[in-house]
Amino acid sequence: MTKKQKRVLARILISGIFVIVLALLPLEGWIRGVLYLIPYLIIGWDILRKAALGVWHREIFDENFLMAVATVGAFLLGEYAEGTAVMLFYQIGELFQSCAVGKSRRSIASLMDIRPDYANIEGEDGSLVQVDPDEVPVGGVIWVRPGEKIPIDGQVKEGSSALNTSALTGESLPREIGPGDQVISGCVNLSGLLKIETTREFGESTVSKILDLVENSSMKKARTEKFITKFAHYYTPAVCFAALALALLPPLVIRFLLGGECLWSDWIIRALTFLVISCPCALVISIPLSFFGGIGSASSKGILIKGSNYLEALAKTSCVVFDKTGTLTKGVFQVTGIRPLRPGTEAELLEYAACAESYSSHPISRSLLAAWGKPAEESRVRDVEEIGGHGVKAVVKDHQVAAGNTRLMELLGISPEDPGEDGTLVHVAIDGAYAGYIVISDVVKEEAAPALKALGQAGVKKTVMLTGDAENVARRVAAQLGVDEVRAQLLPEDKVREVERLLQEKTPGRTLAFVGDGINDAPVLSRADIGIAMGALGSDAAIEAADVVLMDDDPRKIAVAMRIARKCLRIVYENIVLALGVKAVCLVLGALGLAGMWLAIFADVGVMVLAVLNAVRCLYDRG
Amino acid sequence: MNKKYKIEVDCAACALKMEEAARKVEGVADAAVSFMAQKMTVSFAEGADEKAVMKKVEKACKKVESDCEIYYN
Repeated sequence: MTKKQKRVLARILISGIFVIVLALLPLEGWIRGVLYLIPYLIIGWDILRKAALGVWHREIFDENFLMAVATVGAFLLGEYAEGTAVMLFYQIGELFQSCAVGKSRRSIASLMDIRPDYANIEGEDGSLVQVDPDEVPVGGVIWVRPGEKIPIDGQVKEGSSALNTSALTGESLPREIGPGDQVISGCVNLSGLLKIETTREFGESTVSKILDLVENSSMKKARTEKFITKFAHYYTPAVCFAALALALLPPLVIRFLLGGECLWSDWIIRALTFLVISCPCALVISIPLSFFGGIGSASSKGILIKGSNYLEALAKTSCVVFDKTGTLTKGVFQVTGIRPLRPGTEAELLEYAACAESYSSHPISRSLLAAWGKPAEESRVRDVEEIGGHGVKAVVKDHQVAAGNTRLMELLGISPEDPGEDGTLVHVAIDGAYAGYIVISDVVKEEAAPALKALGQAGVKKTVMLTGDAENVARRVAAQLGVDEVRAQLLPEDKVREVERLLQEKTPGRTLAFVGDGINDAPVLSRADIGIAMGALGSDAAIEAADVVLMDDDPRKIAVAMRIARKCLRIVYENIVLALGVKAVCLVLGALGLAGMWLAIFADVGVMVLAVLNAVRCLYDRG
Repeated sequence: MNKKYKIEVDCAACALKMEEAARKVEGVADAAVSFMAQKMTVSFAEGADEKAVMKKVEKACKKVESDCEIYYN
């Protein structure tokens, strides 16, 4: 509890004891009223002050005003105990909600506690000095000790360690890193001392970008949230006038039109009860809290949602469109087949191809080397000649090797047959004779198939895959994963057109989400109702273009995000129905004189506590 | 120009009220209050004087929520 909350608690206790003592004393008349003023003022002075300030600033109609009018009214009518009790319970409810909200705020804040406070640089005498991360220039050298956060994005120069990325990605498995690896700020260094050369300024580093995003997520408000603000704006004055009418009209009508006898105080008490019941706190507090909890719960899982409007849109998603490369597939090329002309010489074929390509930095060359798994012995490779758009020629172990596409083979006078395999083929010729080919293709993520299944369970009606790849590759991947529709051989601008077409086809009121890796698909990300960028760690373009950012590249997170969104929206609607329902019933009972102050207190404080407790559930995701 | 300020505010609803009040201040193009981060982001209108505008923002916020604090110095 904060100091403020403790003070309120003390006031509640003192004033509560007073009320109990006074209730036991046999007091009558005005003395009783004066004595009740003591606990009333102890508990309610700040509410009265705020209400007075509100009137002074012409911001009249808020919950303080409602409470002040209701309790002062009760006192004037001699209902001392009730007036004090209303104030007492109102404060208990406020204290409770402030504790609950504060606690959820802190737990979200601690989840997002990734802001590094300092960076270590080497001082003049060789010892490490702590400086503000803002002061480290690009290309500066920083040291990160075990247990410290990496403050700035950079590349490891010395040392190897394991990094805990859970604050960023929600992934609990540590990531192994060594010299040459790129590291991202916000990760925690677990084991070894690291020397890092920074590649960005602090302000441009991942950690700053993420914090910016989280802190600005309240800029974009959900429709429901906006509705409640507007609602409260009209609602409070409306009930105040309704209460005034209730206090004045029925007695006037009864007395002058019907000629009957009636007690003014009776109707005034009814009007005051009406006021207490109608306090909109339950909605005004619980709904922002729900959205805030939902966004917090998602960020603890490495899902950053840029505003509560996107949470609302996510809950209504009926169609998910995927970009293939980097989203459903790893976007990394891997050797998936070695087909030598002479069976049994797979290793040899791979060795020749890998050695010949060892000087090239082309992704295909990299994948050949990765598949071979050994460093190329440079002494065995000479006379390397790269022929752009064709391949490589080199002398490997005194053999003339050529590795490349069909066009390269044709240059050498060889015409290999098209084997009809998916993927990219690297043909290899040794000493002018065709030796076979190697298949390289993009690999489907293991999580992709479960991800699509989970989306179906989360209520997504249609999944579509867009790709620039060849039709047969696309069809095979789609069938393997269970994607409903495929569009292949698309140029980037075709993807926008496809998404626009799908946007027109979808059911009104439902939304379409596009999932991409943020590379080359920024226009599509912004065109869709919800743009989801994945594998966003270190990719600024994706973080900026998307509405929802998945920090790692696990497509299953999309369904998790939708589940959180649905739960959050369900809780919001539950609270609206609960609060308005209970209040409507109590208002009618109050107006008819069937509900007294005590029920009114329940309708106000009780409903608020229930709504807040319900809203807090948004913070916790059982999955 | 966008600037971020540390604030103190007790409830999400009060944060909303502050946000609305801040938006109406002259010299403020847009404002957002993050209750979670206890931060206020203000984007100033062209040529506005930060200090002077923030003084008005603080006054406007205190009007709607007397308990709030904005640290802009």
